[in-house]
Amino acid sequence: MPEAFIYDAVRSPRGKGRPDGALHEITAVDLAAQVLGAVRDRNDLDTTLVDDVILGCAQPVGEQGGNIGRAAVLVADYDEGVAGQQVHRFCASALEAVNTAAAHIMAGQSDAAIGGGVECMSRTYIGADTGAWTADPWVNYHQYFAPQGIGADMIATLDGYTREDVDAYAVESQKRAAAAWQGGRFAKSIAPIRDALGDVILDHDEYMRPGTTMEGLASLKPAFTALGEKGGFDKIGMMRYPEIERVNHVHTGGNSSGIVDGASAVLVGSEGFGTASGLKPRARFRAFTSIGSEPTIMLTAPADVSRKTLKRAGMTVDDIDLFEINEAFASVVMRFMRELDLDPEKVNVNGGAIAMGHPLGATGAMILGTVLDELERRDLNTALITLCAGNGLGTATIIERV
Amino acid sequence: MKHIRYAVRDGIATLTLDNADESMNLVSPEFIAEFTEAVEKVASDPAVTGAIVTSAKPAFMAGADLKYVGTAYDRGMSKADAVGFCKAPSDMHRHMETCGKPFVAAMNGLALGGGFELALACHHRIIVDDPKAVVGLPEVNLGLLPGSGGTQRLPRMLGTERALDLLLSGRTVGPEEALKIGLVDEVVPADKLLEAAADWLAKGPDPVRDWDKKGYQPPAALGVLDMKTATIHTMTAASLSAKTWHNYPAPIAIETVVFEGMQQPFDRAQALENKYFARLLTDPVSRNIIRTTFLNKGKNDALTMRPTGVQTYTVKKLGVLGAGMMGAGIANVAAAAGIEVVVIDATQANADKGKAYSEKVLGRMVEKGKRTQQAADAVLARINPTTDYALLADADLIIEAVFEDVAVKADVTKKAAAVLPDTAPFASNTSTLPISALAESFPRPADFIGLHFFSPVDRMGLVEVIMGRKTSDETLARALDFVKQIRKTPIVVNDSRGFYTSRVFQTFIHEGMAMLQEGVKPALIENAGKMAGMPVGPLMVTDEVSIELPLMIANQAIAQDGDAYRKPVSYDVMTKMMTDLGRPGRKGNAGFYEYAEDGGKRLWPGLAEHFPVASEQPDFEELKKRLLYIQALETVRCLEEGVLTRAEDGDIGSVLGWSFPTYTGGTMSLIDTVGVAAFVAECDAMAQKYGERFKPTSWLRERASGEVKLYG
Repeated sequence: MPEAFIYDAVRSPRGKGRPDGALHEITAVDLAAQVLGAVRDRNDLDTTLVDDVILGCAQPVGEQGGNIGRAAVLVADYDEGVAGQQVHRFCASALEAVNTAAAHIMAGQSDAAIGGGVECMSRTYIGADTGAWTADPWVNYHQYFAPQGIGADMIATLDGYTREDVDAYAVESQKRAAAAWQGGRFAKSIAPIRDALGDVILDHDEYMRPGTTMEGLASLKPAFTALGEKGGFDKIGMMRYPEIERVNHVHTGGNSSGIVDGASAVLVGSEGFGTASGLKPRARFRAFTSIGSEPTIMLTAPADVSRKTLKRAGMTVDDIDLFEINEAFASVVMRFMRELDLDPEKVNVNGGAIAMGHPLGATGAMILGTVLDELERRDLNTALITLCAGNGLGTATIIERV
Repeated sequence: MKHIRYAVRDGIATLTLDNADESMNLVSPEFIAEFTEAVEKVASDPAVTGAIVTSAKPAFMAGADLKYVGTAYDRGMSKADAVGFCKAPSDMHRHMETCGKPFVAAMNGLALGGGFELALACHHRIIVDDPKAVVGLPEVNLGLLPGSGGTQRLPRMLGTERALDLLLSGRTVGPEEALKIGLVDEVVPADKLLEAAADWLAKGPDPVRDWDKKGYQPPAALGVLDMKTATIHTMTAASLSAKTWHNYPAPIAIETVVFEGMQQPFDRAQALENKYFARLLTDPVSRNIIRTTFLNKGKNDALTMRPTGVQTYTVKKLGVLGAGMMGAGIANVAAAAGIEVVVIDATQANADKGKAYSEKVLGRMVEKGKRTQQAADAVLARINPTTDYALLADADLIIEAVFEDVAVKADVTKKAAAVLPDTAPFASNTSTLPISALAESFPRPADFIGLHFFSPVDRMGLVEVIMGRKTSDETLARALDFVKQIRKTPIVVNDSRGFYTSRVFQTFIHEGMAMLQEGVKPALIENAGKMAGMPVGPLMVTDEVSIELPLMIANQAIAQDGDAYRKPVSYDVMTKMMTDLGRPGRKGNAGFYEYAEDGGKRLWPGLAEHFPVASEQPDFEELKKRLLYIQALETVRCLEEGVLTRAEDGDIGSVLGWSFPTYTGGTMSLIDTVGVAAFVAECDAMAQKYGERFKPTSWLRERASGEVKLYG
């Protein structure tokens, strides 16, 4: 089986997902195209060598719909012969896109492809691609649908994480992200985004609150109490987990992932592609996979999908140097670390989505790039990247430096 | 035509609904055939330009015949037959709606269910300005959905959100609100009704409904693509889950046909509605709800069990002994029913407190607009709080509601007996003490009976009527007449410890406590109770009544019967909580729950220490079953021992008395729904695991082997 290698990983900075966010005036296709352009330009890439551009997007409707992968290819002025597609695996979309690119190469049916994602959350809204899962009453009723925040609070309830516990995790994420930015650890992979005049409009993650304290977080109100108690979703959760007496609502805007705009792209190729394009591979794919897990909490797949991926790679937790798990909610990471018995010093070492934001369908490829940079900085070898995703999905990828 | 009068004048046909067999206009196969014929006449007669549909009865029209609908399941109706059953009226309505001539519903009185569905299918609706002329689609409360296009026309007329509110609550609406929200188009005085209808027809109205016009596209037709529609359906389904714990199939079926139907042309939507209706009609839940809470409750309300040959007894003056919570509640409902009430307590202050209770309850009703101040004052004026037994000299009935103590009861009984007319019956509102024994302190035991009310009396509809050994049929008849007079539902049971309701209900709390002893997680126990459909979990309800009460009952039984009495399975838990831990329940601010100053409560964390949680937790579905089955088994024993004489009383008593879930139909129907043989097999398996109390009696086993239902 041919091997698939990572040749480059680029991401946009993350803009606040609000009308006053720096990237709000940048369309989704433009944002994706600028990142694709950066991949081309910094690698002096002949785009005719690229077979496909696969972009993840968790709300692929409206301006993000209609196969934004292909649209971005053309807007980025790639060769028109480059195919494009769009992947929807909810929050794991971009990682899935990267995995799909790798899979084509490993299957010998592709030489080079770009996997990544885009999500302009300031320009759309969560729920824009509402489907049967959440809004067809027969389906959501019989499948015990509850919004993700309820699931996050249920993990905290089941595992006994207090408000202090999850806030402490959030403070740590902010600290690590701030230190990473200060240390210039993201500089290698950030593609500054330019406005209509060609001026740089954003070159750093805009969402961060480096001075976050426990006291500051404590003043925030739990975000999902009303939905849970008045909306009835706590009871739906309890039907799945009847050992819960009462859901403890601990998650707030401060210990959940931030709403931001962003795009990402990872250049994946065969060995032959590297030779042909004069590029040096940075890492290889050891294994990747996706699973489904209990859909009401819907956030607990990372541990299981990581185990499954490790097994596929013939590895154990101890073989992994760094872990990157998307910080959808603090309890998600805490559950993941508890289940795999991980040293927190190996997990999300440069902070995560709580501090920097989670542009849904773009995050997976972003954190893959982040951890690859960090492996190189620390001269370590292996990393596992994983995300929980809507309706109980989860994806994981193991990479290894070459 | 037998049920419809058809007349034409000035080009207007008037279809006057006038059921030849019943006092109400009902949807029946005969009616459907006749109405279809009438529509055909209107459509085909070139001299007729439009039609008025009205009624010769006080009501416009009620719904389908529940006797027929409620027995469909038992008759083994197939889904295909059920679709046919709803297709007939659906087609009839649709035929009227699309025949090309305008129809106006002139509603002279209430229009519910099928009756209002007929009005909805008309092109225009006018109703009289009588507050009693309510409209609505209450089918959800029968475990059904509003058929004949009810789930389709309502959202097309009112929008999804408003329609779902009415369809899912089943609430009825008076003329004023009906006009405001668009359920009717005009409200007019009764004597102007037909005139208004003719006036509307005279305008030459468009006989094509909006949804039959080209280009009709309400927002909900986009389904989830319409954000508001999507949000409504996400949130509504969640609230249905939270409200029903998925025990009731009708609400989600209704929401689904609204959601799906709005995305389809009317005729496809109607066909879909028929299919979902058929699912519900052939589901035992609708049978259970209709049989127990309408048909059999109706029979009991009508006193079909009343001994014949006894003259109807009317209580003009009631004596209530004891002005505590129960006495005050009984006085209140009696006064509200127009009865003069003398409330006696040991001190005037206590007696006054009883009346104060009524003031509070009535005040709230006035506030909510449910009663006028004048009517409330009239009720209050009928309550006379006193310490003077002499005021009972002309009482027609006495109800004793003092502290549950034989000596205390004997004392007031004797005092009342001394002044009573020697024909007046005497009732005790005891919930636990044997009636035959209490009757001994009354000089005329044949006139002594138990009338067990439930708390809060003004909201709980059941009265458990307990026959003592010597109670006469005449006394029973009179007691039943009184229960009817105060508009409660009676069941008649024979004397035994705890009678029927208290005895069976206790098995629920004992079983919950037994689970605690076994090491089941407390939250799991409570959720099993609630999700099985009980209003609260067994531990919480035990806290509410206090552990002291069931323990006292058990200890009394031990004192009386010694070893012959089988201690409740939770006996050790109760003594541990009471004696060792001093946690009696809510009244002690400490029980299975702990109670915060602000009224909040949570399971007492200390339970884990005293009732260690087992490492293996049982299957949750089995916990739910245990809590229901143990009650069903005890009900069977009551039937077998003659405490109950009829299965339907077991059902009515359980549903109305302690809110046993209506989807089951009650403790008896539960067994028939599961199937007697399957129920016995499951109980045998539980007996193996949890003890002899789950062992079905040979009486039940015989029925299982003969496949004999509990409902004969």
